Amino acid sequence: MLLKRLTEAYGVSGDEGDIRHILKEELSSSAEEVYTDALGNLFFRKGKGRSAKVMLAAHMDEVGLIVVGFEKSGLLRAHKVGSIDDRVLVSKPVVVGKNKVPGVIGAKAVHLQKPSERKKAIDIDNLYIDLGVRSQDEAEKLVNLGDYVALSTKTREAGENCLIGKAFDDRVGCFLLAELFKEDFALDVTVVFTVQEEIGLRGSGAAAYSVHPDMAIVVEGTSASDVVGTKEAAHATTLGGGPAITLMDASYIAPQKTIDLFVQTAEKLGIPYQFRRSTTSGTDAGKISQTHSGILTGLVSVPCRYIHSPASIVNLDDVQNTLRLLKGVLNVIAEGGISIEAATEKVK
Amino acid sequence: MKQLLKKLSEAYGPSGREEQVGRIIRDELESCVDEIYTDSTGNLYAVKKGTGAKIMVAAHMDEIGVIVTFIEEKGFLRFSNVGGVNPYVLLGQRMIFPNGTIGTVGMEKLEDIKKLTLEKLYIDIGAKDKEEAASKVKIGDVATYYRELGEAGNRFIGKAMDNRAGCAVLIKALQEMSKTDNEIYAVFTAQEEVGLRGSRTASYRLNPDLGLAVDVTLVGDTPEAPTMDVSLGKGPAIKVKDASVICHPKVKEMLEKLADKENIPYQLEVLVAGGTDAGAIHLSRDGVPSGVISIPCRYVHTPGEMVDQDDMLNAVRLLTAFLVQPLNMQEIFPCYLS
Repeated sequence: MLLKRLTEAYGVSGDEGDIRHILKEELSSSAEEVYTDALGNLFFRKGKGRSAKVMLAAHMDEVGLIVVGFEKSGLLRAHKVGSIDDRVLVSKPVVVGKNKVPGVIGAKAVHLQKPSERKKAIDIDNLYIDLGVRSQDEAEKLVNLGDYVALSTKTREAGENCLIGKAFDDRVGCFLLAELFKEDFALDVTVVFTVQEEIGLRGSGAAAYSVHPDMAIVVEGTSASDVVGTKEAAHATTLGGGPAITLMDASYIAPQKTIDLFVQTAEKLGIPYQFRRSTTSGTDAGKISQTHSGILTGLVSVPCRYIHSPASIVNLDDVQNTLRLLKGVLNVIAEGGISIEAATEKVK
Repeated sequence: MKQLLKKLSEAYGPSGREEQVGRIIRDELESCVDEIYTDSTGNLYAVKKGTGAKIMVAAHMDEIGVIVTFIEEKGFLRFSNVGGVNPYVLLGQRMIFPNGTIGTVGMEKLEDIKKLTLEKLYIDIGAKDKEEAASKVKIGDVATYYRELGEAGNRFIGKAMDNRAGCAVLIKALQEMSKTDNEIYAVFTAQEEVGLRGSRTASYRLNPDLGLAVDVTLVGDTPEAPTMDVSLGKGPAIKVKDASVICHPKVKEMLEKLADKENIPYQLEVLVAGGTDAGAIHLSRDGVPSGVISIPCRYVHTPGEMVDQDDMLNAVRLLTAFLVQPLNMQEIFPCYLS
């Protein structure tokens, strides 16, 4: 199963090679053009020359750690890559470097901690990675300074049509775009799998600059906080509530036109949907919409509980409904159902 | 000026939803410019064709606001900010939605007022339950302050002086300016308050020879104000720098010389925090020499922003003089063109 394969693969920001490899294998036969750029973004195009040029984007990278030093004991020091809650790090299995050397994020055991230490989360400066070696020499034989450290989780089925795994942000987006790209739409479609989103939307701007589409759609995995201890007003999205349409986040305000496009298509096709009820954090939509003279950009996400942790949950009905919505939206665009005139418009 | 400013200030136009302001500006300018159009970011362009230097002059249309994120069972609206909104300023304000629905901002019970955050506030639109509320307001709808423009002496008090005062100055300048060879692109920009977003895409589109922004700036002339040598009523401010731009020294100097020549009072402005559209314009493509004419404004981002009428009129004079002057770009910015 492609989604399982994508989520189990390792691809911390700046180290997306394995994800690129899977996607190339999966999609090359469906594409007229396949290429990468200097940053590592991966492009698949088909329908070249058709009238509306649409770019679809999902980011390949996930949050993780990077090795910054060795202790004489053979333990590794690491820094975070992207935003991870310190509290989810302790005691998690990881893999380090190209050879996927297994390790665990370690900390003092509970009976050795002072009462005051037990009360607060241990931050990354007081955590280390244990490869099970007994000296710096042995550690240096296995891994290098600067090697990436990825959380390691097997993806499992759970409950009512759910998956538990890591990196649904944004491998679920990668999966959806891969499925979409296997079909044909009456459009000039470029699917872009972007790099380095988690450390500041770094890949997508360059990708949008080179593709220069008439319109872009970004597909994300986003927080669902419909859990104990969160007031309903702060849920952001609800697991199982359908694709989440973003109205505004820290990087982007959705144009009314793309909101209407998603909502009207969902209603026409009877697809459940929700709005993302939070305005925090940024996405590739922010960068893409600000490229060239401005690119009309829409953003839709799959709700995901416990995002940026080694064990998050997505609902497969949400995934399928997002796929249906995206197909519907591409068909509407192909039929000319949205004005995507890249140039200028009369004031209405 | 008062009638124009009243219309603009009272219009609804938070970041990303600037269309109503755009329509007012179009009606004002249609007869005196050659072209008028919008783009996908929401900018409004008013163009005076010419054969000379290509000048982009930007005034942002958008104002701060709050976006509805949740409707409670009892009909109260929860929200997040659009731009720099202070919860202490928001408390007790009347807010308005684009369809005319109004509400008041209330607060949960708080042990300590210092703990006030936006999450503790809600908008009450007088609905008796969720159903009634949802029939008037949807998730994602944006509300702005609901205020009429008031006159206090020679000064105006109202919401969105930031930056409808700048829009009014730019409109007046376009209406009153004499003929010039310069090609003028007046851009009423969108989404300035959330990160100079409209001016970024507009300046890329236009690729101008020279950029100018017209925006409000803070002042230091009120009781116990932070140190800042700009006062209300002492004329438009010529910006030296803020957090987003160090104005091109030549553009700054040109503005100063023009003001001296035309006997226009002015002040120099160094703004420690905050930015303006020139911040995005001057970094567009291979760089654009840019400057800013600022209108001093008290109580920025509150519903009681105050500007001085003479400052605005003098800003119009300075802007007009700048736009019509013959510009030999090669002479003025030799390094820029070499």
